[in-house]
Amino acid sequence: MELLSGADMLIRALEDEGVEYIYGYPGGAALHIYDALFRQDRVKHILVRHEQAAAHMADGYARAAGKPGTVLVTSGPGATNTITGIATASMDSIPMVVLCGQVASHLIGEDAFQETDMIGVSRPLVKHNMTVRHPSEIPEIIRKAYFIASTGRPGPVVVDIPKDMTSPNERYEYHYPKKVSLRSYNPAIRGHAGQIRKAVEMMLAAKRPIIYAGGGVVLGKASKELTDLAHRLGHPVTNTIMGLGSFPATDKQSLGWLGMHGSYESNMAMHHSDLVVAIGARFDDRVTNATDKFCPGARIVHVDIDPTSISKTVEADVPIVGPVDAVLKEMIALVKESKEKPDQEALDAWWKQIDEWRAFHGLRYEKSDKYIKPQEVIEALYEVTNGEAYVTSDVGQHQMFAAQYYKFDRPNRWINSGGLGTMGFGFPAAMGVKLNYPEDEVLCVTGEGSIQMNIQELSTCSQYNLPVKIVNLNNQALGMVKQWQDMNYESRHSHSYMDSLPDFMALVEAYGHVGIRIDRKEDLVPKLKEAFAMKDRLVFLDIYVDPYEHVYPMQVARGSMKDMWLSKTERV
Amino acid sequence: MRRIISVMMENEPGALSRVVGLFSQRNYNIETLTVAPTEDETLSRLTVTTTGSDKVIEQITKQLNKLIEVVKLVDLTEGSHIERELMLIKLKAVGSQRAEIKRTVDIFRGQIVDVTNTVYTVQLTGDSDKLDAFINSVGTAGVLEVVRSGVSGIARGEKVLSI
Repeated sequence: MELLSGADMLIRALEDEGVEYIYGYPGGAALHIYDALFRQDRVKHILVRHEQAAAHMADGYARAAGKPGTVLVTSGPGATNTITGIATASMDSIPMVVLCGQVASHLIGEDAFQETDMIGVSRPLVKHNMTVRHPSEIPEIIRKAYFIASTGRPGPVVVDIPKDMTSPNERYEYHYPKKVSLRSYNPAIRGHAGQIRKAVEMMLAAKRPIIYAGGGVVLGKASKELTDLAHRLGHPVTNTIMGLGSFPATDKQSLGWLGMHGSYESNMAMHHSDLVVAIGARFDDRVTNATDKFCPGARIVHVDIDPTSISKTVEADVPIVGPVDAVLKEMIALVKESKEKPDQEALDAWWKQIDEWRAFHGLRYEKSDKYIKPQEVIEALYEVTNGEAYVTSDVGQHQMFAAQYYKFDRPNRWINSGGLGTMGFGFPAAMGVKLNYPEDEVLCVTGEGSIQMNIQELSTCSQYNLPVKIVNLNNQALGMVKQWQDMNYESRHSHSYMDSLPDFMALVEAYGHVGIRIDRKEDLVPKLKEAFAMKDRLVFLDIYVDPYEHVYPMQVARGSMKDMWLSKTERV
Repeated sequence: MRRIISVMMENEPGALSRVVGLFSQRNYNIETLTVAPTEDETLSRLTVTTTGSDKVIEQITKQLNKLIEVVKLVDLTEGSHIERELMLIKLKAVGSQRAEIKRTVDIFRGQIVDVTNTVYTVQLTGDSDKLDAFINSVGTAGVLEVVRSGVSGIARGEKVLSI
């Protein structure tokens, strides 16, 4: 058997794990590992300009591919710079492995140069973390890290590697374990049959049902099953912002998404339903509004792989712990064999009501002669890209507009920081996607606030030729903050203006990319087409949009799901 | 309601801090916490007493179970169980107090484990209420120092928490 150093074992283990790209930044404690990287060409490393971006790149890849992303950084500031990226992945249950250098074992606890207790710092943000205590443990720890990150409810795993563990002077037998088993970690592989039967009986008997499907359906690769079940039952489906694409947005049974900025028809249907079937969703506060007023007439079926998600904020009448694909398959089988059929008369009446709600609002917005509307930009993007692009977003109004007006028919195409709400996420996430899917159109919808939080990555894009399209909805303000200030603080715009914006055209050109400014309505579609025709160039579209626009619908704080603002003056 | 949750977990560095971190991160109460290795050196046994509504307790047990290093746990207060806590208490003991304290210690089936001219050190085991009752009986004025171990517990009968 071959003898390898800890650093060589680490890289070999990544290769055996099927890792193609890792995203990172070198530094003292990681230098043995970087030397091992240099001496091989199977695992490729992408050098970012800030470690936060490495984490978001890995995350973007993980969301598009449904596989864990990998990050490599040094100790101290290298490691702590990934924290926001780890927290982002954690909140959205994204599988990720973050390999951190650490000062040598004998220096730990001595406040050595670039020493941080990364295990302690990351503890509340990770699914698990581990320290390497002997170089020979490295293959098994790496296997465990990927196993834990990608099974059950996925999440980030941090591996802390003291420098002496990767020393080139010590060599050990390399053996990569095919399997690991942990006596204390056994995620459910199927749901409780009796509970599933009960849920199906309730679904067949329901008069005003709604399926509320979240990111768990995307993560659990269960879109096909969800769509099949919904079609068999004829039930309306609403998605969370994390679940967009898990049910086709252009399907007539889709009500769009729900919650704070969800569609009128979704929120109304939720509130008036008699049965909510939550699948891979977690009753987040941005979905439920006030939980004591949530869906007063509904019984609740809740399917989730993570028992802690069930009855955390809203009590479930029928809890089902299990992987969504397996549970949905069982549900489909039961619907097929059941003698009971859905109550068609009741469902017809329910759909009639839903269609009235659709007709009443249906994401309408006021057009303007003077300004380009941000909603129009997203609608144009949808047309120009045939609805087939990978769309990442940053956080704020542009995120909500992108989610509302780009119709996702497939899972893994909409990539946003829904849980943590991380500004600066979208651009590096898009880079991670583009690197792995070079033939596909990848665009990042952002704003002039968010994009500046990781704009240094324009440099990484030059180095690796990552021709993503950056769509900057420029309203010259922190739009969502400003909207809240308009609505709740009598328009006192405390620190929500963006004074001294850079000349984005000059900036992107300085990095060797293309900038296109759009400030006239008639230029919008032609210039978007021009940008997307440049397949091999990063194009930054700086689009000046209505600076006064708000996102609607918007739920009224502490109200029920049906309490919404529909425009600046219209409240229901 | 007060609950005693008994946790079997991997005897690994950092495992305890995950449990403690979980309680502070999610705003749960810890009243007492004890932890020590078991006869199987790969496992430690942790007992935590906490208070909360049924909903909070359900979340606590689920969140604890979710920690990768937690192997198994049981809420002892769901069934009949034995709980014990050890207290070492230093009491001012001069003149007529000495006989009175000795009598109280006997009533509570404690032991005086160290003696000076002015101080008794008493060892007492029992459930937490009994230890509280002893302190009340001798009066807080005479108490110089108290050390309590926190609660350990085990189910009654044939029920066993093992892997």
